Amino acid sequence: MTVVTMPRKRFSLWNVVFYSILVTGLWVTFQRFYAGIGAVTNLSDAFPWGIWIGFDVMCGVGLAAGGFTLVAAVHIFNIEKYKPILRPAVLTAFLGYLLVIIGLMYDLGRPDRIWHPLIMWNPKSVMFEVGWCVTLYTTVLFLEFSPMVCERLRWRTPLRWFRIISIPLMILGVLLSTLHQSSLGSLFLLVPHKLDALWYTPYLPLFFFVSAIGVGLAMTIFESWHSSKAFNHRLDGSLLESLGSVLAVVQSTYLAMRLMDLTHRHAWGLLAQPRPENAFFLLEMALIAAPVVLLYQSRVRNNARALYWSAVLVIMGFMTNRLNVGVTGIETASGVTYIPKWTEVAVTLFIVAIGVGLFRLAVTYLPVFGSHEAVATETEKVYSQGKVESRAA
Amino acid sequence: MANAILFDSTKCVGCRSCESACAEKWGNPYNEKIAAEEKLSSHKLTAVVTKGDKYIRRMCMHCMEPACASACPVGALVKTAAGPVVYDADKCMGCRYCMTACAFAAPTYEWEARLPKVRKCNMCAERLAAGKPTACSEACPNEATVTGERDALIAIAKARMAEAPQSYAQAIYGLNEVGGTSVMMIGPVPMAELGMPGKLPTEALPAFTWRALEMIPSIVTTGGVLLSGISWITHRRTEVARAERNERKGARQ
Repeated sequence: MTVVTMPRKRFSLWNVVFYSILVTGLWVTFQRFYAGIGAVTNLSDAFPWGIWIGFDVMCGVGLAAGGFTLVAAVHIFNIEKYKPILRPAVLTAFLGYLLVIIGLMYDLGRPDRIWHPLIMWNPKSVMFEVGWCVTLYTTVLFLEFSPMVCERLRWRTPLRWFRIISIPLMILGVLLSTLHQSSLGSLFLLVPHKLDALWYTPYLPLFFFVSAIGVGLAMTIFESWHSSKAFNHRLDGSLLESLGSVLAVVQSTYLAMRLMDLTHRHAWGLLAQPRPENAFFLLEMALIAAPVVLLYQSRVRNNARALYWSAVLVIMGFMTNRLNVGVTGIETASGVTYIPKWTEVAVTLFIVAIGVGLFRLAVTYLPVFGSHEAVATETEKVYSQGKVESRAA
Repeated sequence: MANAILFDSTKCVGCRSCESACAEKWGNPYNEKIAAEEKLSSHKLTAVVTKGDKYIRRMCMHCMEPACASACPVGALVKTAAGPVVYDADKCMGCRYCMTACAFAAPTYEWEARLPKVRKCNMCAERLAAGKPTACSEACPNEATVTGERDALIAIAKARMAEAPQSYAQAIYGLNEVGGTSVMMIGPVPMAELGMPGKLPTEALPAFTWRALEMIPSIVTTGGVLLSGISWITHRRTEVARAERNERKGARQ
C-alpha cells in the first residue's frame, strides 16, 4: 500500500458538513478576536475554563498520545512489527499538538503572548511545565514528522541528520510526553476545594498518564480502521489484534487503579447521595469498563469491526473523564451552571475539521503508510514512470 | 512588616463607602447600578454582599501562600513581603489558571475586552508603601475594615471577640484557611454562613501541586537512563542476531 488516491466524490454529505463547519468556524473566529472571549463563550469569573480547555486541550493532547506510545514501542523497545502504524501515529500526534496550540490561541486572553513562559519563568507553576512541554514536544514531533516530507521531496542530507539524532530525539519525546500527559492532571491538584471528590485524588497525574497510553493505542486502532476505509487498503489483522491485547492490559490496569483509589479514599459513599456528578461518573466508569470486558475476548480482538468499536469506547471513556475533571467536576463548587455556547462548540468543530482535513492531505501527499524504504523506492518508481509518460506524451 | 486587613462584620453597616473608595482609586465607574451588583467583577474589585441583616465584604484575601501566584506560569502574580498579592498585567498571557486556582474566586477577567487583563484587589500596595492605609480602610466610617500588621490585627480580633463573646462567632476566618490569609474576617456567625467557602484545607494550596512537580527531575533522570538502557539493549540484540546470521552464512560458504 503506497500510492494513495483521494476519493473523488465532490458533493457528498460529508463535504457539505465539512465546508459548513469551516465557514461557521471562520465567522466565529472573527467574532472571537474582534469582540473578545466574552462575546463567543459562556465563560464567567466563576467558571473561567470551558470546553476549549476541557476538550480542545485536555482531550487533544491525550488523543495525540499514540505518537509517543508507538515511538516507544518501535524505536526504544525495538518491536519491529508495529513499524507500519508508527508514521500515522506520529502524524496524528504532530497534527494533534498543532491543533492544541490553535485551540490555545482562542482560549488565551492574550494569544500574542503565548511565548511568555519561555522567558518569564515560574517553575512552581504546573502551567509553566505545561507550556514548556507543549513547546518542546511540538518541536520534537515536528522533527519526527519531517522525514516524511524530506522523503517526499527526496532531500537526502536532512534525512541523514534525522537518522543520527533519531534515538535521543525519540527518548526526549517519550519523556516530554510523560511529563505533559501527567501534568495536565497535576493542574487540578491545585483545586482540592473545587474538584468533586469522585475525581480529586493525589494520583491525578498518574491516572492522566496511564489513560493517555490507553487512548493512544485506541486512537491508533481507530485511525487504522478509518484510513483503511477511506483509502481502500488492507488492515493487518494480527498487528491490530496485538495492539488490542496491549490495550486490554493498559485499560484494565487503569480501571483497577481508579477503583482502588476510590476505595482507598472511601469515596463510594458519594454515589449513594443524590448528586448531579454521579451520573457523569457512572457514564465514565461504564465507558472505561466496557472495552476491558470486550478486549479480553480474542473473538473481539480478531474481528476488525468489534475491535474498532472497543477502541471507540476507550476514546469516549477518555473524553468523558477529561471533561468530568475539567468541567463537570468543577461546576458545583463554582456555584454556576456552565453549558458551552454554540460558538464554543463551533470553534471546537472547526479545529477538529482542520485536523481531519490536514490528516487527509498528509496521507495523500506524503509517504505515511507503509515502511520507509518501500515507500521511498515506490515513490521513485512512480516518479520515473511519470517522467517516462510525460516524455512519451 | 507584613500588612493585613481585618474585616469585622458586626461593625459593618453596609454603607458601601469601601466600594466607592476602591472604585475611585482604580478609576473604575461607580454608580447605584454597580453598587447593587453585590459581586466581584472586573470593574468591582471589592463588593459588599448583603446576607439578611448582615453584611460581608468580598475581595482578594491576599493568601500567605497564594494559589494564584503558584499557578501563574509567567509569574505575573506575586506575594510581596509587604503583604499584598500584586499583578503585573504586562506579563499576563490570559491562561486564567489563577482564576481556576483561587479558593475565593477573587481574580476576575475583562471578558468583553479585545486585549483583556485579570483584575483584582492589590491591597493598595502603592498606598501601603507610602505609609497610608488601604483606600477601603480609610473610607470605612465604623472601623469595620482596618489595615495593620497581621499579628496586631489578630490580637485586635481576639480582643473584640473576648470583650463581647455573645456578638461574635469564636473564629477568625483566614487565620488558618489555605495556610492563612492576609485578609481576615470576624463576625456574628461563622463566615461560611455569610457565603465564604467553608471547607477549605488548612494546608496552603501550592503544596498540593508541588508534591507532583518536585518529582519531575527524578522522572526525567530515571526515565532517561531507563529508556536509553532499554533502547541500547534491544538494538544490540538485533545487531547480535544479524551478526550471528551472517556468521552462519559465512560458515556455510
